[in-house]
Amino acid sequence: MKSSVNLSALHDCRDAFTQTLEALAAQDERVVAVCNDSVGSSKLGGFRDKWPERLINVGIAEQNMVGVGAGLANGGKLPFVCGASCFLTGRALEQIKADIAYSDANVKLCGISSGMAYGELGPTHHSTEDFAWLRAIPNITIIAPCDRIETAAAVKFAAAHTGPVFLRLSRVGVPDLLPENHVFEPGRANSLRDGSDLTLIANGVLSHRALLAAERLAEQGIAARVLNMATVRPIDTDAIIQAARETGAILTCEEHTIHGGLGSAVAEVVVDNHPVPMTRLGVPGIFPPTGSANFLLDEFGMSPEGIAASAAELIKRK
Amino acid sequence: MEPNDLRQIANRIRRRDLQAVFEAGAGHIGGEMSVTDLLTALYFHVLNVNPDKPLDPDRDRLILSKGHAALALYVTLAEKGFIPKAEISTFLQPHARLNGHPNRTKVPGVETNTGPLGHGLPVAVGMAQAAKLNRAGWRTFVITGDGEMQEGSNWEAIMAAAQFRLDNLTLIIDHNRLQQGARLADTNNLMPLAPKLAAFGWAVEEIDGHDMVQICKALAPEAVTPGRPRCVVAHTNKGRGISFMQDNVAWHHKVPDETQYRQALAELEEAAV
Repeated sequence: MKSSVNLSALHDCRDAFTQTLEALAAQDERVVAVCNDSVGSSKLGGFRDKWPERLINVGIAEQNMVGVGAGLANGGKLPFVCGASCFLTGRALEQIKADIAYSDANVKLCGISSGMAYGELGPTHHSTEDFAWLRAIPNITIIAPCDRIETAAAVKFAAAHTGPVFLRLSRVGVPDLLPENHVFEPGRANSLRDGSDLTLIANGVLSHRALLAAERLAEQGIAARVLNMATVRPIDTDAIIQAARETGAILTCEEHTIHGGLGSAVAEVVVDNHPVPMTRLGVPGIFPPTGSANFLLDEFGMSPEGIAASAAELIKRK
Repeated sequence: MEPNDLRQIANRIRRRDLQAVFEAGAGHIGGEMSVTDLLTALYFHVLNVNPDKPLDPDRDRLILSKGHAALALYVTLAEKGFIPKAEISTFLQPHARLNGHPNRTKVPGVETNTGPLGHGLPVAVGMAQAAKLNRAGWRTFVITGDGEMQEGSNWEAIMAAAQFRLDNLTLIIDHNRLQQGARLADTNNLMPLAPKLAAFGWAVEEIDGHDMVQICKALAPEAVTPGRPRCVVAHTNKGRGISFMQDNVAWHHKVPDETQYRQALAELEEAAV
């Protein structure tokens, strides 16, 4: 059977991010970009060339970068604060808590090259704790888009929404999954495939792997529902409860430690509302060995085959 | 406003602050007394702010980065009319909006939530940059403690402000030479502060942070050096105005007992102009 996932055309979601940001900036002079010497890695070169004054590069200083974002918002600007996700969230976590979330500053935090996108650069450059860190802080919408279409839609949402948003963006190529006219709704999962035997829940670079896993499972006669859960907070409680009720088992997969991320967020809803067997795939609480992002995802059991195998084991526990 | 009027207001703020600390059984009285003259001069002489329009886009911004002195800010905001004076008696009470550290979503006139040190100056840099981008004339002021300058985030912001040529930004360092646990000199001695700021490209002036004439002059628009952010190192006394608290590290957040309260109040009343 022909796959619904076109792996021959993979896209770097950063391109959709900056194209959308530039389109917004052309219409709205409040839009500014703030970065930490990351013009290249955040793909802000085009933005800088068009609006040099509106690209505020604070140098290698993430705490200041986030504080400056809060101040710009206070002064009426609409700042997109961009930096490698590991440094943006880890280095400036207290600024995110106090200056952005607690102060309710209208700042959009853009974690670039999130997850294990920096692969061989190693765990210092991996951002596999950001869901957990930010999920523990009130008043931040956390979004991990699955493809270039959802990235563009999420950037538009972030600009229109008043309040703190964290966009978790990768640089690892992903195929298109959502329709071109997709409109992002915060806190709403998208069903990528229906099924009744179990539900696979993923986001970011894992969503297409989950969909491919569902195709492998279909070949074994197992009907897997696939939910793309881009918003980790607020999470789509209704879709999770419905999945638990209707399919009786849930497997999550994420480019994040299994402690405190998407899987944990789903498990909290399941435990509180409709307990069913679950498996949480992700980085298993270790500092990953050397390897590319895709190698490491495979290594941690999140190749389509790996996810399918875990799913087949999971439904035995139903 | 004339210096004598400012002194009277500052005296009134000190007395109300003292009473609130005594009644709440908590506060940071030493640092509140050291920053009171600066806050008074700012709100009653320097800042273009309107209590009826606390979110006016063209208002001047002030951040009290040493957020533990929140009570001094609350009393000043009440004097200015941002919040009712009667509300000061709710300081630290359950569900009161007058928390131990200022909250912008609850208290009109507060620009950003402070408390953890080293946060105000980076936010102020963003504000000043926004004014530059908007071609707006409003100014940004931030008050830090001197011990607070040990936080590295301040120095990130100091570099950026000079790079961005933010001459619409003024940093006021409440230089009382004492931090929570000991003297600065015995902890992590940043002194002298002025040459350090100057070396980073700032225009620096040292003043007596309790002299209203000097404060107002140092914060006047005429004092600005085009193209350079401004730092006013305000030499102050922790516990200023209360003899047994002044320059005494024990009074960082100690609460006076009944006898001490009576004595402190009497001293402040006597000093009232």
